[in-house]
Amino acid sequence: MKFTEDHEWLRPEGDLVVVGITQHASEQLGDVVYVELPEAGRAVSEGDEIVVIESVKAASDIRAPLDGEIVEINQEIVDNPALVNEDPLGKAWFFKMRPADPSKLDGFMDEDAYKAMIG
Amino acid sequence: MADLKRTVLYDLHVELGARMVPFAGYEMPVQYPMGVLKEHLHTRAQAGLFDVSHMGQILLAPKSGRIEDAALALERLVPVDLLGLAEGRQRYALFTNETGGILDDLMVANRGDHLFVVVNAACKDADLAHLRAHLSDTCDIAAVTERALLALQGPAAETAMARLVPDVVDLRFMDVAIRRWDGVELWISRSGYTGEDGFEISVPEGFAEKLARKLLDMDEVAPIGLGARDSLRLEAGMCLYGHDIDETTSPVEASLAWAIQKARRRGGAREGGFPGAERILSELETGPARRRVGLRPEGRAPIREGTQLFAADSGGEPIGQVTSGGFGPSVGAPIAMAYLPADLCEGDIIHAELRGRRVPARIAALPFHQPSYKR
Repeated sequence: MKFTEDHEWLRPEGDLVVVGITQHASEQLGDVVYVELPEAGRAVSEGDEIVVIESVKAASDIRAPLDGEIVEINQEIVDNPALVNEDPLGKAWFFKMRPADPSKLDGFMDEDAYKAMIG
Repeated sequence: MADLKRTVLYDLHVELGARMVPFAGYEMPVQYPMGVLKEHLHTRAQAGLFDVSHMGQILLAPKSGRIEDAALALERLVPVDLLGLAEGRQRYALFTNETGGILDDLMVANRGDHLFVVVNAACKDADLAHLRAHLSDTCDIAAVTERALLALQGPAAETAMARLVPDVVDLRFMDVAIRRWDGVELWISRSGYTGEDGFEISVPEGFAEKLARKLLDMDEVAPIGLGARDSLRLEAGMCLYGHDIDETTSPVEASLAWAIQKARRRGGAREGGFPGAERILSELETGPARRRVGLRPEGRAPIREGTQLFAADSGGEPIGQVTSGGFGPSVGAPIAMAYLPADLCEGDIIHAELRGRRVPARIAALPFHQPSYKR
């Protein structure tokens, strides 16, 4: 599993990448009450703000970590946003994407580097 | 966090695992490990303990010794009937300015031979200067600096507080009383900022931690941060100064006309005689151009403070703005307060601009959550 500086985790699954947010991010956000996901089939560029997460405290965005296409979204977290706090690394994945260049995945932090970043 | 003040309960907050944030010049707990959502729901179901020691506590003692003189003097600054405030009772009030805007909102209690006033943290220095500038001729004005202020709120607040001070059960909503506990005076009012039954308790700083720990040791009581305090007061339809009310909003626009008793209105025994009376009294008769209303957005997306509101689902100029908004944990949906043209009615649909999209929202009655005060 790889990690971004924006506290997303990226898990390869065949030729797709599953994206979610880390435990640390979910704790910082507080109780999530609303999630807005992009449409499946949408082409995205790295850095595009494609997900909105609202906690009781504030709104924040999730950016596309890579160029590619959104293949599948997790409707379960739209229907039950609390899942993002309950199981951020498991059931509360956000979307699956097909990266334009899968080799770019290697450029992200591994778990040790991410843990060092968040201290 | 340099230059920020700390309340006497700072170490306790840290020990309890609070996340501390800057608020009105203080380092305050925004949430504890329980989290905002559960803290909110716990307060509605049982009892929550809040540290509100950052708020200003002020004593107004009439130089003549007659409480009526203090009441009449303070009436010069607020559109509220204070002469009619009985001993042992508390009332909501507003400092107005010359243009009819609001300088601060406050609580005023009649304690027999003097008035006790509680004001917002961010305004307390200005309020004290305001009082000194206008009331020094008739009153001795003293900032209470060595007392903490706790709020115990929720349906189990009475049970919890009665273990320490049994006769608090005799207090009704907006009663105030001084009671002894552990050898010191507690200044207790049956009031709060959550829409729940409960108490606000002023306690000498040296005893505040002991009192807080006694309450927190009880099964019903959990510590609650500013995050849940905000969502609780929003559901209760209460204004947050600097957000829902400020120097540009009149009490009538703010839907706070209920705080202006007959005696201060046109034809009343002490009509006017407060800053901005001309505008405020005429707005009471003819109605304001805009007013504070509740909003229930359709769907699940919260609309936050600053969100622009429109009449139609596209085009047009904004007709208003959200002043407080978020998710109401007890309502189970997003809720907001906003200023909108007064000709719009409850049930009307307006549109909130959210990330470039217009989301419909229905004008809704305030409060969103019915209070459960002990009258």
